[in-house]
Amino acid sequence: MRILVLAWGNPARQDDGLGPALAAALEERAPAGVTISCDYQLQMEDAVVISQHDLVVFVDASTQGDHPFEFQPVQPVQQASFSSHSVSAAALLGLSERCFERRVPAWLLAIRGYRFEPFIEDLTPQAQDNLHAALAFLDQQLRGDAPLALAGAERP
Amino acid sequence: MTTTQPGQRRIVIEPVTRVEGHGKVTIMLDEHDQVTQARLHIVEFRGFERYVQGRPYWEMPVLVQRLCGICPVSHHLAAAKALDMVVGVDELTPTGEKMRRLMHYGQTFQSHALHFFHLVSPDLLFGFDADPAIRNVIGVATDPRFQELAVRGVLMRKYGQEVIEATSGKKIHGTGAIPGGINRHLDPERKAHFLAGIEQMVDWSIQTLDLCKGYTRDHLAELAGFGTVPMASMSIVREDGCFDLYDGNLRCVDVDGDIIFDGIKPEQYHEVIAEEVKPWSYMKFPFIKALGPEKGWYRVGPLARMNTCSYIDTPLAEAARAEFMELGGGKPVQVCMAYHWARMIELLHAAEKMRELLQDPDLLAGERVATGTRRGEGMGIIEAPRGTLIHHYKVADDDTVAMANLIVSTTHNNEPMNRSVTKVAVDELSGREITEGLLNRVEIAIRAYDPCLSCATHAVGRMPLEICLYDASGALLDRKAT
Repeated sequence: MRILVLAWGNPARQDDGLGPALAAALEERAPAGVTISCDYQLQMEDAVVISQHDLVVFVDASTQGDHPFEFQPVQPVQQASFSSHSVSAAALLGLSERCFERRVPAWLLAIRGYRFEPFIEDLTPQAQDNLHAALAFLDQQLRGDAPLALAGAERP
Repeated sequence: MTTTQPGQRRIVIEPVTRVEGHGKVTIMLDEHDQVTQARLHIVEFRGFERYVQGRPYWEMPVLVQRLCGICPVSHHLAAAKALDMVVGVDELTPTGEKMRRLMHYGQTFQSHALHFFHLVSPDLLFGFDADPAIRNVIGVATDPRFQELAVRGVLMRKYGQEVIEATSGKKIHGTGAIPGGINRHLDPERKAHFLAGIEQMVDWSIQTLDLCKGYTRDHLAELAGFGTVPMASMSIVREDGCFDLYDGNLRCVDVDGDIIFDGIKPEQYHEVIAEEVKPWSYMKFPFIKALGPEKGWYRVGPLARMNTCSYIDTPLAEAARAEFMELGGGKPVQVCMAYHWARMIELLHAAEKMRELLQDPDLLAGERVATGTRRGEGMGIIEAPRGTLIHHYKVADDDTVAMANLIVSTTHNNEPMNRSVTKVAVDELSGREITEGLLNRVEIAIRAYDPCLSCATHAVGRMPLEICLYDASGALLDRKAT
């Protein structure tokens, strides 16, 4: 199974860097068959990469939620109004399906962040803790016998 | 702050959709729905210039990319050019210059492709008044008539992004350009990969240009006055007036095509341009010193570049430019929506330039860095996809940045965008029902400039489109959010 972990965020904006931080940490321990990609933000051309995989895990900081992280399936949307600046994971799945005829199952790992001030490169201590928890969870999922087929993945 | 006068109500569009970043449009209406004032408010933080003070100058080309997730390469190269001057390098090695140019053409190509296919084409293909549910790139991809176009847009964007990665070293925070040159050659395998795809990119560029040109001509009666405000145009050009996105001196022409200034070297930019601060916007308003803040505003970007240059040095783009300039009847083209046509000429030019450069052996071998005698100050100017980008640094004896001044493309276009918004609001909104289509017309005018309004966070749950309608007393009448 070809798994894509697609993380995004701006490391110069405090907890917005949670996605890139997870991608960097995962690089060192990802099992074979897992591709890790990281960017400032999701881009249209990510639809091509998505279409070349069997499963996608999106990773981003979240501004809301009561848990250290949320892990939820993402469904493609066929109708969306967005700017290229904020193309959503769901819209990318929709583009992959429409443009490249590949419907790829996907999950979103949304890690709770708290402060998003510009020009601060360090995560807040609480976000740092959330990162470690999210990383341990994802690592376990990726190493499972049925990686994230994740049919069995449950919300933490 | 915008104030609401007695008898006026206020419409707010925030953020503007399908422009790069966030913005807010405020339209002031009186009791009879007549537009009295329209403004584009840009939420740009100005802290970056202060942030870099005290940092080592050689960090700048990497650090400044954090300004923007959309056009980091432009900042990367403008900073590197300014620091070439600081390290005393007035002329790069052939390898240094050609690698940087390839990076820049890749950036221009992907940026223009993204803007047209994903931000603009829904408006053109479905019409200004189409259902917002389909007037977006998913709608384009879903419509069997346009699906191939959407695929093409994604693949063109991908090609440009790959060129950037190959020349700058990384997908984000590339390190390729350094003071005095470049830190890598092009990998031969990547070169072969790009060569295998470049003819397709040129062909698709031609077809996209034809599509945009055809649309503009077919709808010229409707588009000619849409957001159109006559104004001066500025860009860099080579000494002989040749179009050049990477290097040159400033030239500015007025509405008749007469020269306002020409041959202004990067280190002289502050002799011809000053910046004004206005209380209701975070952005500065640059103006031509000789004309003053009231009359000295000007446009930058693709339309400006077509108007300022004497010719383009790639054959297909030059033929397209000559045809485009007929629109102006011997004078600079002023049609606001012609920005898109001009942008597609540049798309083709970038593809032609990449094709030319990919044949050049200097990309694979040769000295990468030139050296010189250290100076205390440097200015770099580049034509970013959205227009002229100026970086200016003063460097202390301990090699730290003592002063930084950045004038970005959208800042130059600040006043022109305000004028276009006002024009559209007066023409389209006065005395009529406020519909999604009418509000979108304001955004369409802004999108013509392809503004990059700020680099916001992109965390989940932070990107709503909000439209608010206020009455004369400032009370909220209506609110729409995506």
